[in-house]
Amino acid sequence: MLDFNSLFGRKNKSSSVAKDRLKLVLIHDRINCSTELLEMMRADILAVISKYVDIDDDFNIEISNIQCEEGGKKSPVLSANIPIKNLKKVNN
Amino acid sequence: MSQVIVITSGKGGVGKTTTSANVGTALTLLGRQVVLVDADIGLRNLDVVMGLENRIVYDLVDVVEGRCRLKQALIKDKRFEGLFLLPAAQTRDKNAVSPEQMKKLCDTLREEFDYVILDCPAGIEQGFKNAIAGADRALVVTTPEVSAVRDADRIIGLLESNGISNTQLIINRVRMNMVKRGDMMAMDDVVEILAIDLIGVVPDDENIVVSTNRGEPAAIEANTLAGKAFRNIADRVEGKEIPFLDLTTGNNFVGKLKKVFGFGN
Repeated sequence: MLDFNSLFGRKNKSSSVAKDRLKLVLIHDRINCSTELLEMMRADILAVISKYVDIDDDFNIEISNIQCEEGGKKSPVLSANIPIKNLKKVNN
Repeated sequence: MSQVIVITSGKGGVGKTTTSANVGTALTLLGRQVVLVDADIGLRNLDVVMGLENRIVYDLVDVVEGRCRLKQALIKDKRFEGLFLLPAAQTRDKNAVSPEQMKKLCDTLREEFDYVILDCPAGIEQGFKNAIAGADRALVVTTPEVSAVRDADRIIGLLESNGISNTQLIINRVRMNMVKRGDMMAMDDVVEILAIDLIGVVPDDENIVVSTNRGEPAAIEANTLAGKAFRNIADRVEGKEIPFLDLTTGNNFVGKLKKVFGFGN
């Protein structure tokens, strides 16, 4: 049986899997960011934004994939998707 | 100008002691005065790998605690001109020595030798802190496995925060046939992930097991792949530019093309 992936793809190779997993785990290792720390940040962000807008308090923040900057230097990115319920609270 | 080099890895069993023995031996073969220091107190092994286990009288802790003079504890390797071993204590633990004492020891050895090679214990605790205390530069040993690479990354960070920025990478136990079929990370992958300079790639060579069995460093044999790889590392430690052994090319179409047309490394 001819395996299409073994001929053309690198995605299923275990070395690629190892590399991808390592990249992800090292992002977390390097900035020394535990899940507790992320949870504390989440709570603080929620508190700050809630002063101005009604938001869904169920949002997640995560450290995601490496982003290429202009100089080609790589760095981790902190991202949060925060659904806004309504903007009526905004004053001024 | 003499150098104190620590061989470290974080993870155990990746080949720190083998690397220390072989890089040290290869440097001696280049005509340098070298002392190998076994900093793994309590788990001494560099002596058996070097085949010098029967000649130990005093050890590193005896020197530090003043029970003997440094010269009495140094074992001269009769096979190689200018190679010495300072063995670790076997019946003490890592806390028997402090980083300050190790730094002082390294500075004393520095006056007598061109290279002081420190075989660091696994882990990041006291033994690691002792071993790196007096070092100018570090060779970080890893294998192309996720656990070893992750630990290497941690060690590189710790070395940097302890003021050792002159750090190079040795990738050990590369299995060419596995790299070729995509089941082992290639040297480029590991270098990309760790983002430090590579100083050597050592193949997974049965000769290492044989030479360790006999207590004869593989670097003696220039005609084995591993022996050649360690000799090349010694040359690069000296600052020479030596091309890497052809171990990992041919993994993809471009690599094969390069190889066919003679551009491979």
